[in-house]
Amino acid sequence: MKLNRRLFLGATAATLAAPMVNAAGHGKPRVVVVGGGAGGATAARYIAKDSKGEIDVTLIEPSRTYYTCFFSNLYLGGFKTIDDIGHTYGGLASNHGVNVVHDWAVGVDRDAKTVSLAGGASVPYDKLILSPGIDFVDGSVPGWDLSAQNAMPHAYKAGSQTELLKAQIAAMPEGGTYVMVAPPNPYRCPPGPYERVSMVAHQLKMTNPTAKIIIADPKPKFSKQALFEEGWQKHYGGMIDLLGPDFGGENVTVDPGAMTVDVDGEVIQADVCNVIPAMKAGRIAELAGVTDGNWAPVNAIDMSTKADPDVYVLGDASQQGDMPKSGFSANSQAKVCANAVRGALTGSRVFPAKFSNTCWSLIDTNDGVKVGATYEATDEKIAKVDGFVSQTGEDAALRKATYEESEGWYAGITADMFS
Amino acid sequence: MRAVLIPILLALAVPAQAAEDLGDAENGAKIFKSQCRTCHMVGEGARNRVGPQLNGLFGRAAGGLEGFKYSKSLARAGADGLEWHFDTLNAYIDNPKVFASGTRMNYRGLKDAGQRADLLAYLRIYSDDPANIPEADPTAVGTDHTVAPEILAIVGDAEYGEYLASECLTCHKADGADDGIPSVTNWPAEDFVVAMHAYKDKIRPHPVMQMMAGRLNNEEIAALAAYFETLED
Ligand SMILES: Cc1cc2nc3c(=O)[nH]c(=O)nc-3n(C[C@H](O)[C@H](O)[C@H](O)COP(=O)(O)OP(=O)(O)OC[C@H]3O[C@@H](n4cnc5c(N)ncnc54)[C@H](O)[C@@H]3O)c2cc1C
Repeated sequence: MKLNRRLFLGATAATLAAPMVNAAGHGKPRVVVVGGGAGGATAARYIAKDSKGEIDVTLIEPSRTYYTCFFSNLYLGGFKTIDDIGHTYGGLASNHGVNVVHDWAVGVDRDAKTVSLAGGASVPYDKLILSPGIDFVDGSVPGWDLSAQNAMPHAYKAGSQTELLKAQIAAMPEGGTYVMVAPPNPYRCPPGPYERVSMVAHQLKMTNPTAKIIIADPKPKFSKQALFEEGWQKHYGGMIDLLGPDFGGENVTVDPGAMTVDVDGEVIQADVCNVIPAMKAGRIAELAGVTDGNWAPVNAIDMSTKADPDVYVLGDASQQGDMPKSGFSANSQAKVCANAVRGALTGSRVFPAKFSNTCWSLIDTNDGVKVGATYEATDEKIAKVDGFVSQTGEDAALRKATYEESEGWYAGITADMFS
Repeated sequence: MRAVLIPILLALAVPAQAAEDLGDAENGAKIFKSQCRTCHMVGEGARNRVGPQLNGLFGRAAGGLEGFKYSKSLARAGADGLEWHFDTLNAYIDNPKVFASGTRMNYRGLKDAGQRADLLAYLRIYSDDPANIPEADPTAVGTDHTVAPEILAIVGDAEYGEYLASECLTCHKADGADDGIPSVTNWPAEDFVVAMHAYKDKIRPHPVMQMMAGRLNNEEIAALAAYFETLED
């Protein structure tokens, strides 16, 4: 099944790319979107839908199925199947006329205003929107690089990596050890690693209750920490050990061959080792020359890059200010950007930028928590206006309603991206 | 006043036999007040709100009330011949989503069969002889918050509303489905405005909605209301 999916991808990417690209260039303004995830799919959908055919929208995305990172932890916990979190691009093409090109963007010529594809084609644009998500910083966890991702999966891009991690958890020996090497700030989905630990613990509690989970974490504190620690104590007492910087969590090296993790001189033998390295903008942003350091600085008002007013960067890859790198944020930024791009190309009304985010996390069955905030555009950045977070000690009914809300949100955002 | 009215009305409008079959309408009135009234009106002057008005409900075709925008699901059920009688209503109220998946009725269901019978006995009163409906208690209108008339009078800019609504649609599905998050599609503008101000004033209790509504001004709330009222599936 996994193999088939990959073969299918490889075969279609090359054959589809060439003919679709020729569709561009008939006098309409052209928008090219690179990356069909939370930011890119939303931007492509809104620009195509709201311009009602006045703008030619091309979406470049190598995968035929997008597996959402959001809810991928729930798949690890057994609450969702892999198919539950897979989405395809048919709706964007048939409902809104987006040209979906399944290929990799490999370069951007900002003078000629073209994007080159792995298949060899060159796609012209008037406005270019990049939402390529993240890549990993080489050498951030000594001993680990991408070639080690099968021995020590990151599962921080969803799909086959997530399936691999789940299979490894299932194969753990009785009483075995799961080690997570948590990432330094900033990274995608601040509560993500800790929701993952919760879901792995939920799974192990059922199938392997004497197993242990160790988190080696370079950060002194993390998102929703009090809520997670309360939940871990309540549901998984004794199973989870957090080694923060006080315990050497910032001084970690791994040996994927031996399956060992060295935390500040103490060597741990792991049965599963989930390495989540430091992150940076998806590589195409760097190739386009719009990054400064690891991320692409953008203007809060419309998500255009500081480097080029015709190139926009959304979501995780952008450096925008106060918003966390989340699917909700990327989706929110995409709508502001879509409104601005449409206005610039067709003269439609441009409304003030408003952003928001809410991240739900599941700690155990029907024990959901959330954190959220609203944001506005200032001259320097996207700035936080107001926020809230779930409280420790909330009653079970509220936690259950919060989980149900997250399911509603998932249905909502995926429809907002793909329908 | 209401407490006095109902027994009289029962005696007048409902034959003893039917009352026994159905349940206790007096208790049904209480259930209606606590469970249904935020969205539905019944009795004299009843009009469509978030849900359709319920006068003449018994014998009505599902999705059949002129002037109310039903979900596709209920409209289809009606076209397929579904009519509201004791048995169908009883099943629907038990769990609306199971009975008609895709209905916009954001209600988890009334699980107790006795309570359902009481509620239906109460509603039956307004179907029996609609001409005979007693004067409605003015406070029966279930608005949970008062909003100044000049705010209610603002005519919303639906195009701005469409842009603002894109933020709502991250969670609230445009097609009106509601799993865990209620539908706001096709709410009457007034109800929408009242609800949003109730969040803004932190009278309605949800932290996300209090935050979202908190930064919308009166014009923006009106704009959203104008957009959601007319949103097509
Ligand atoms: C375990 C986990 C849990 C999470 N949970 C949540 C959650 O509960 N809520 C939440 O809001 N967020 C959550 N997130 C975060 C969320 O997944 C990301 O923030 C979001 O996906 C970012 O959107 P994006 O558009 O920037 O990137 P992505 O969604 O990653 O999309 C990038 C797309 O670009 C494509 N791409 C990359 N390079 C190229 C190229 N050169 N050419 C063409 N295409 C390219 C990729 O194939 C990919 O499809 C979670 C993340 C993880 C890892």
